[in-house]
Amino acid sequence: MTAQHVRTHTIDVSSMLRDQKKTAEPNQICIKVENLNLFYAEKQALHGVSMEMAKKKVTAYIGPSGCGKSTLLRCINRMNDLVDKVTIEGKILLDDENIYDKSVNVAALRRRVGMVFQKPNPFPKSIFENVTYGLRIQGINDKRILEETVENALRGAALWDEVKDRLNDNALGLSGGQQQRLVIARAIAIEPEVLLLDEPASALDPISTLKIEELINELKEKYTIVIVTHNMQQAARVSDYTAFMYMGELIEMGTTSELFTNPQKKQTEDYITGRYG
Amino acid sequence: MIKVWFNRGTPWVWLNAAAVSVCLIMVLGVLSLIVVRGVGHFWPAEVLQFSYREPGEQAKTIIGEHVDSSITPATMARSSGYKMADDEDTLVQYLIKTGNRDITGTDFRWILARNITQQQAPAELIVVERREWGNFYGKLLAVKENGSIIAEGDQAWSAAQARIEEALAIFREIAHLEKKEVGAINYSLEQLRLEQKRLQLKNRWDEEAKQRIAAEKAELEIEYKKYQTQLSELYRQIRRDSLVATTEGGKEIEIPLAKVVRVFRPNAMSLFDKVWHYGTKVIEFLTDDPREANTEGGIFPAIFGTVMMVIMMSIIVTPFGVIAAVYLREYAQQGFITRLIRIAVNNLAGVPSIVYGVFGLGFFVYILGGNIDQLFFPEAAPAPVYGTPGLLWASITLALLTLPVVIVSTEEGLARIPKSIREGSLALGATKLETLWLTVLPMASPAMMTGLILAVARAAGEVAPLMLVGVVKLAPTLPLDGNYPFLHLDRKFMHLGFHIYDVGFQSPNVEAARPLVYATSLLLVLVIVGLNLSAILIRNHLREKYRALEG
Repeated sequence: MTAQHVRTHTIDVSSMLRDQKKTAEPNQICIKVENLNLFYAEKQALHGVSMEMAKKKVTAYIGPSGCGKSTLLRCINRMNDLVDKVTIEGKILLDDENIYDKSVNVAALRRRVGMVFQKPNPFPKSIFENVTYGLRIQGINDKRILEETVENALRGAALWDEVKDRLNDNALGLSGGQQQRLVIARAIAIEPEVLLLDEPASALDPISTLKIEELINELKEKYTIVIVTHNMQQAARVSDYTAFMYMGELIEMGTTSELFTNPQKKQTEDYITGRYG
Repeated sequence: MIKVWFNRGTPWVWLNAAAVSVCLIMVLGVLSLIVVRGVGHFWPAEVLQFSYREPGEQAKTIIGEHVDSSITPATMARSSGYKMADDEDTLVQYLIKTGNRDITGTDFRWILARNITQQQAPAELIVVERREWGNFYGKLLAVKENGSIIAEGDQAWSAAQARIEEALAIFREIAHLEKKEVGAINYSLEQLRLEQKRLQLKNRWDEEAKQRIAAEKAELEIEYKKYQTQLSELYRQIRRDSLVATTEGGKEIEIPLAKVVRVFRPNAMSLFDKVWHYGTKVIEFLTDDPREANTEGGIFPAIFGTVMMVIMMSIIVTPFGVIAAVYLREYAQQGFITRLIRIAVNNLAGVPSIVYGVFGLGFFVYILGGNIDQLFFPEAAPAPVYGTPGLLWASITLALLTLPVVIVSTEEGLARIPKSIREGSLALGATKLETLWLTVLPMASPAMMTGLILAVARAAGEVAPLMLVGVVKLAPTLPLDGNYPFLHLDRKFMHLGFHIYDVGFQSPNVEAARPLVYATSLLLVLVIVGLNLSAILIRNHLREKYRALEG
C-alpha cells in the first residue's frame, strides 16, 4: 500500500469526522489508564501505558501483531485475570474507580464492560437463550422482560429482521456475520457502559464487515466503544480516536483524523503508510 | 517385480488389512458361536426312538433327543477297549438326551451307531418338562383324577392338555399368592419383630407399644390364615390330577400335574406349533425364575439384577467422576501434584478387578456396612443388614472400578471446550461457577456420556468382584419389589455373568445346562449392547444439541 492511497482515503474520513465534531459535546473521560505494566510470567507485555478514553466515542487501537493492543483491551474488563501467571501493575479507572482495586467484584465489572471477541463465540443454545444469557445470570426470568430485551438487543445489533422468526433455532446455524452481530446483541442485552471489540470483523467477509462497521457507528450513541483492529482503513472509518501501539508501548494517541493525516511520531507514520507491520 | 511391490508399501497395507480381518473374524466367530448354540436351544428337537442291541444282549428301546455325535478312528477306538471289526474304519457314537433322571440316574447317554438296528420318530412320543428331575421322554398312557383313570389311549393326549392348562393356571395363582401376598405378610411380620426389638433396645417397650404391635401382628396372622386356607385348597386342586406314562424300558410311572411345566409331542408338531413353542420358551427364559439349580426355566432375576446394578453404578459413578474431573481440570492448580493424581487415577483403571472385590468386601461390607448396622440397625443383630454383601456395595465397588474411565473422559471433554466459549460467558458477567454450570458442563456432557458408556460396558461384564460383594447363585427376592421402601439396597442379587459361571461350571448337570450357558451369554451381550445403545443414543442427542463451534 502506498502513502498516496492512505492519504486520499483518510482525507474524506477526516472531513466526515470534522462534521461530527461540530455537534459533539465536550468530551467526558470514561476510562483512564494510568501507567499500566503487564507481565506474562517474566515477559513484559505492556510498558507503562497511560491513556484516556472519551465517553460515547469510539477509540481504536492499531499496531502490528503482538504489540499488546489486545492485551490492553482485555485489561479493561479484567479478562487477563484468567491467564496463568499474569501480573498487572498500575491502574485503570472506570468512572474514577480503579477496576483493579481489591474490593471490585469482577463479575459486576464485566457486566459494565461488555466484550466481543475476534471469532464469533455464540453458545450452542438457541438465539433467544444466547441473548438472554446475561440476564438469566442476573436472575431475571420474567418472560416479558426477556422477550422485550431480546427484541431491543437484536434490533440494536441490526439482526432482528433476519432472525425474528427463528429465535428458538440453534445460534450455531447462523452465518459468521450474523453470529458476530448476535454476540454483540448478547453483549448489549445487559446494557453495559463500555463495549470492547477485539478485532470484531477480522473473521468476516467484506459485506458482514461493512454491517458491523455501520453497527459500531450506531452503537456509539449509547456506549463507549474500544476497538482493536488490524485494519487501518477500518480504524479510520469507525473511530473518533486512535491509539498506535508498538512493542507493548503506546506510541501515539490522538483524534483519528490527526493521527492519520499528521502523525507526530516517525513510527506511527511508518506504520500507517505501510512501511512495516 | 517383488521389489517394486515391496517399495510401493503394499505388503504393509496388506498386513494392516489382515490384522483388521483377524479381529473381525474373531468377533464374528464369538458372536455366531453363542448365537447358534444359544438360539437353537429352545427349538423343539425331534425325539427319536432307537432299537438298540449290544452284542450278546437283548434288544432294547432308547428314546431321546440326538445331541451330539463323535467319530473315533478305529485304532484309537481299539486302544480304548472297543472291539472293532477289520473292515470298520471309524467308531461312530451318538450322545442322546434320554432324560428320566429319576429312573436312570442320568440325563445323557452315549450309544454306538453300529448297534442301532432301527431308528424312528413316532408321533406319539411325549416330552414332559418337569419342575424336578428334568425332562421325561416316553409314551402317554392315561390321565388320572384322584387316582382313577379318566382318559386312556387316544383320548389321553387331549385330556392331558386340558388338565395341564388348568393345573398351570392354579400353579400361577399359588405362585402369586405365595410370592406377593404371603411374601408381603412375612415381610411385615419381620418388620414388626424388628420394631419390637428396636423399642426394647430403646427402653420404650411399654404397654401401649406392646398392645399396638400385638394388634398388628394379630391382624397379619388372620390374613395369613386366610391365605393359608386358600393355598391349601389350591394345593389340593393341583394335586388332583396326574399323568401315567411309560418309559423307554416299558416302566409305568405317574407324574403329578403339579410338577409339570409343559407336555408336548415334538414329532407331531407342525412348523407353526414349533415356532409357538419356541416363542413361549424364549419368553419363559426371559421372564421366569430359574428352576432346578438354575439349569432350567428363566433367568429374569439375573437380567433384572444386572440392569439394576449397572443403573445404580451409573447413578453413583457419574456425579462422583464428573465432580472429580471438574476439580482436576478447572480448579486445581496444574502442576506436579495434579499430574501425580492423574497418573494415579489412570493406574486405578489397571488394577485387577478382583482386588476391587477384596477391597469392597473388606472396606465397604465389613467396615462401612458393619458400622452402619451397629449405628442404625441394632435391632437386627446378630443378622447383618448392610454388613453383608448386597446390591449397594456391589454398585459402589463397581463405581469405584469404573471411576477412572469417567474421570478421564470427562476431563478430555472439558479440555475440548473452546476457550472462547468460556470467555464469552465470563465477559457477560458470569462467575466461574455459573460458566461451568450453564455452558461448560452441558457442552461436555457428550464426553461424560462417553465415559459412562465405557463404564457401563466394563461394569456389566464384570463378575469376579461381584462374587465377593453381593452376587449370589439364587436370590429369592428381587432388589425392587412392592414392599416398602421398594428399593432394597441391602439385598443380594443375581447377575448374568455369574449366572453363566454358575450354570456352566457349578451345576450338577453340566451337560444339560450347556446350551443355557450360550443362551445366557447371548443375553448378557444383548443386555450390554442395549445399555450401551441407549447411552450412545443419549450421547448423540446431546452432541447434536451442543455441537461444538465449527472451524
